[in-house]
Amino acid sequence: MSDTRVIKVNNREIEVPSNLTLLQACEAAGEEIPRFCYHERLSVAGNCRMCLIEVKGGPPKPVASCAQNVKDLRPGPEGAPPELFTNTPMVKKAREGVMEFLLINHPLDCPICDQGGECDLQDQAMAYGRDGSRYEENKRAVEEKHMGPLIKTIMTRCIQCTRCVRFATEIAGVDDLGLVNRGENAEITTYLEKAVESELTGNLIDVCPVGALTSKPYAFNARPWELRKTESVDAMDAVGSNIRVDARGREVLRILPVLHEGINEEWIADKSRFVWDGLRRQRLDKPYVRKDGKLVPASWDEALSLVAEKLKAAPKEKVAALAGDLVPAEAVKALKDLMGEIGSPNMDCRQDFAKVGEGDRRNYLFNTGIANLEQADAILLIGTNPRAEAPMINARIRKTWLNNLDVKIGLIGEQKDLSYDYDYLGAGTDTLSSLAKGEGAFYEALKAAKNPVVIVGMGALAREDGAAILNAAAQLADSVGAVRGDWNGFNVLHNAAGRVGALDLGFLPGEGGRDFAGILDGCEAREIDFVYNLGADEFDARRLAGAFVVYQGSHGDNGARHADVIFPAAAYTEQSGIFVNTEGRAQMANRACFPPGDAREDWAIIRALSGRIGKALPYDDMFALRQAMIAEVPSLGRIDQVGGAEDRFDASAAGAAGSLSSEPFVSATADYYLTNPIARASKTMAECSAVMNGAAKVAAE
Amino acid sequence: MLEDKDRIFTNLYGLHDWRLEEAKKRGAWNGTKDLMAMGRDWVIQQVKDSGLRGRGGAGFPTGLKWSFMPKEVGERPHYLVVNADESEPGTCKDREMMRHDPHLFIEGCLIASFAMQAHVCYIYIRGEYVDERNTLQAAIDEAYAAGLLGKNAAGSGWDFDLYVHHGAGAYICGEETALLESLEGKKGQPRLKPPFPAGAGVYGCPTTVNNVESIAVVPTILRRGADWFRKFGRENNHGTKVYCISGHVNRPCNVEEAMSIPLKQLIDKHCGGVKGGWENLKAVIPGGSSVPCLPKDICDDILMDFDALRDARSGLGTAAVIVMDQSTDIVRAISRISYFYKHESCGQCTPCREGTGWMWRVLERMAIGDATTEEIDKLLEVSTQIEGHTICALGDAAAWPVQGLIRHFRGEIEERINSYRNDRPHVAVAAAE
Repeated sequence: MSDTRVIKVNNREIEVPSNLTLLQACEAAGEEIPRFCYHERLSVAGNCRMCLIEVKGGPPKPVASCAQNVKDLRPGPEGAPPELFTNTPMVKKAREGVMEFLLINHPLDCPICDQGGECDLQDQAMAYGRDGSRYEENKRAVEEKHMGPLIKTIMTRCIQCTRCVRFATEIAGVDDLGLVNRGENAEITTYLEKAVESELTGNLIDVCPVGALTSKPYAFNARPWELRKTESVDAMDAVGSNIRVDARGREVLRILPVLHEGINEEWIADKSRFVWDGLRRQRLDKPYVRKDGKLVPASWDEALSLVAEKLKAAPKEKVAALAGDLVPAEAVKALKDLMGEIGSPNMDCRQDFAKVGEGDRRNYLFNTGIANLEQADAILLIGTNPRAEAPMINARIRKTWLNNLDVKIGLIGEQKDLSYDYDYLGAGTDTLSSLAKGEGAFYEALKAAKNPVVIVGMGALAREDGAAILNAAAQLADSVGAVRGDWNGFNVLHNAAGRVGALDLGFLPGEGGRDFAGILDGCEAREIDFVYNLGADEFDARRLAGAFVVYQGSHGDNGARHADVIFPAAAYTEQSGIFVNTEGRAQMANRACFPPGDAREDWAIIRALSGRIGKALPYDDMFALRQAMIAEVPSLGRIDQVGGAEDRFDASAAGAAGSLSSEPFVSATADYYLTNPIARASKTMAECSAVMNGAAKVAAE
Repeated sequence: MLEDKDRIFTNLYGLHDWRLEEAKKRGAWNGTKDLMAMGRDWVIQQVKDSGLRGRGGAGFPTGLKWSFMPKEVGERPHYLVVNADESEPGTCKDREMMRHDPHLFIEGCLIASFAMQAHVCYIYIRGEYVDERNTLQAAIDEAYAAGLLGKNAAGSGWDFDLYVHHGAGAYICGEETALLESLEGKKGQPRLKPPFPAGAGVYGCPTTVNNVESIAVVPTILRRGADWFRKFGRENNHGTKVYCISGHVNRPCNVEEAMSIPLKQLIDKHCGGVKGGWENLKAVIPGGSSVPCLPKDICDDILMDFDALRDARSGLGTAAVIVMDQSTDIVRAISRISYFYKHESCGQCTPCREGTGWMWRVLERMAIGDATTEEIDKLLEVSTQIEGHTICALGDAAAWPVQGLIRHFRGEIEERINSYRNDRPHVAVAAAE
């Protein structure tokens, strides 16, 4: 690793690791090398020929710098360091020539191209091209290809760099894309004119250096320089992918990934990227109050007064609060404090009834860390389909599998295509029990592994015997040596962005309090009078009917439909808030635009209500709230940090020992594209769901 | 002139039977075991000493190439791959060897594989060569039946298997790394080098890729000695070579001749001269369609070997001599060659994918004169923008014929453009803009 070599780049000496490519070495020396096909996370194709440089002493022709390693350079006479040049006439001419070739069959339709303004071809043509074209023949045209509801193709613009093909086969693990034909008839195609069957397809748009693959939902919407760019955190799953939200005025127009090596590298999943049209539809933009069985618009004053009145009237043990999946930690903290002021212990954030969240933080975290999965050599997946629940984690597992021929992956649960090979061990707890007893070949594989990993999904925990399964899985991890001082291979994979933050804050039933199921039962038995539903939509909200229900959230979905009062709130792109991902990494989401209409930030609504019932919470602004929150749970203040626990993880304390039912595990995510109210409001997500799940097309009438 | 006793391919014309019995009478498989008993280092040294340069076109010294293979077999087995994807226009030498003298070739495969410690050799044969494949396969079956291949091949103690793989007719699969890709079942596109095949070739294992002729001459070189082979030709260009002469000659033929034979002598002695006499000669493409053509004044005294032709800014290539007399429309001819390279470009890397089509289109216009004289320089520059900028040599191969045309027949192009314009004054103005 420490193997370095001294080379000279443009007469400047520099020492670089010898496993770098010449391109990377030149960049290390501060020289910019234009490129199209080269992408640092994909295999090297070397076909665009844009990165040509001159190597002294080599053959009298330019060298593709992306395709040669520093260690393959021959030293100069008498051991002088090899010399590279990026600014000689030969290099300039080579670049101009390649650029000219790239442009002769490119339509040059920049004014109507969505890539305009952020196009590699445009930029590099300006920087390295000649001033005009000498091509006087007819240009080539290429037939359009159908690539599904997310990707718009204008294949005439394609420069055949094959980045998309390499991304699809290497990162996404699907063979749907390829280059067919030969010579100037070469075309990128999906062969069968079908959608690329992956949940990472949006990244094809990012890797495409030209306007051949662009975003279909974003088509003709905006130019990049018109957009206000806000770096934030994704809330579509519990991975916490870093995103950039591009907005114009009050509307989010697109979402792009932001590099984070620890989480999403430079990719994001399709739901995270394309959900933005859901931020405009089905929005709650004013308070509603149910009158004569119908929800009618009301003023904030009216709605708050009514709720305050009901809340004051309800006995404290008959008050309950629920927190949903997309709620930032600040709102949970405010609601928890409100419940504390009222004196009710009935609260829960686990709307899927998952038996997780008690005790040590490590009992419910993805302790290994996403990036550390690359060091794993045996991975056991229990009751999870990471491809649907956390595509970025699935991509990381695939990366591990690609880079390490010896890695063993086993699955207990539903047998799905995960984009890598795995041993299917069984459907449910019987398999888990026998593994826990040390039976089976996969136990031996885990035992023999240096860094074994056990990942438990919500499919295994969101059931009656979840605590016992958690315990069994943790014990298994312990027994195979996955829990050590330097390595914690026990992981819980969450699905909800707000869940870990809420668990950290202890938004769980207090002393003698009711849990989620208990609250629902209580409503049906008329033992709960008042329910404050903070954005929980993924359960049968009709069961709340017996109580007075306040729904606070951004979208008119399941929860709002069965509410008596609706408080319109901001969505995750419209308020600043801390989300803790499944690793336990606290990250700050930022406001990209303002919420629509009268909708307000989550915490502010709760704070306002607390004033109305005469129990004002002790913070008047977000800053004070955060201070109070971090004082209570310091981990929420350690932005972008993971781990921190020094002592050895006690696996036996995770969950609770108990008997296991023999029901098979069912994945917690039935339809990847429709897991939350925002996604359900999105037309794009609905199309994706229809295409990917093969639902019958409804005739347009 | 090469005497009959010095010919390696004694059945080049198929006058005799190709089968094992007859081939043995002509000398094939004679003392193979003893040759191999001399050891692999001896074999490689003999090939080095003989001065044999690769017969596939590039002329890389064969013995040197063999010595690039790892000295000892590591974790990965060694392979010999024989490039029988003979697709260069004008070239048809390997074909004759495979269908008329397959046993010399098969014996060569065994010895070369032994020298490189390969237990397996693949012959990648051109898709269109169906008959040749059948003959070759029959000959291989004969050799297996006679114990010359398989376990303890020819009693040498070396286990050796030989497979024939049929290509699908793509020119690019004659490029050695594209051939390896194709052999592995992938799309035939050249690989990046390094790594070179000797380090990571077919299936990532050390591999040497040789032309059929380079392999087929080896047994005879070993039998008759490196010095015998070396005595033919000039320094650095030794041995005998099968020339394929086609075009405007009275008797087009394949003929085995000594290296460094004067072109004029080659054509006059073996082909009955140029049609209409030597003075009727216009140009010769001396080494297959990819090398630049030479005008008559150079052809008058040029020697047919690697160095002489390189010095004349052409190349020996596959020694496929394409003769064109005064009746030839040279611009049209090169334009047709340009079409071939445009058609056969694999489309992987930019300069060749885009540039071959560009050159062809310009040449098509030039062939009728519908161009401007400034475009000649443009065409030349485009060809230099392709040459040396691509992954494999197809880019060079596409550029060279065009460069040769402009270098030697620029006047002819200009003349045609001018006459075209003079005939059409109104068009001339439009084209100039």
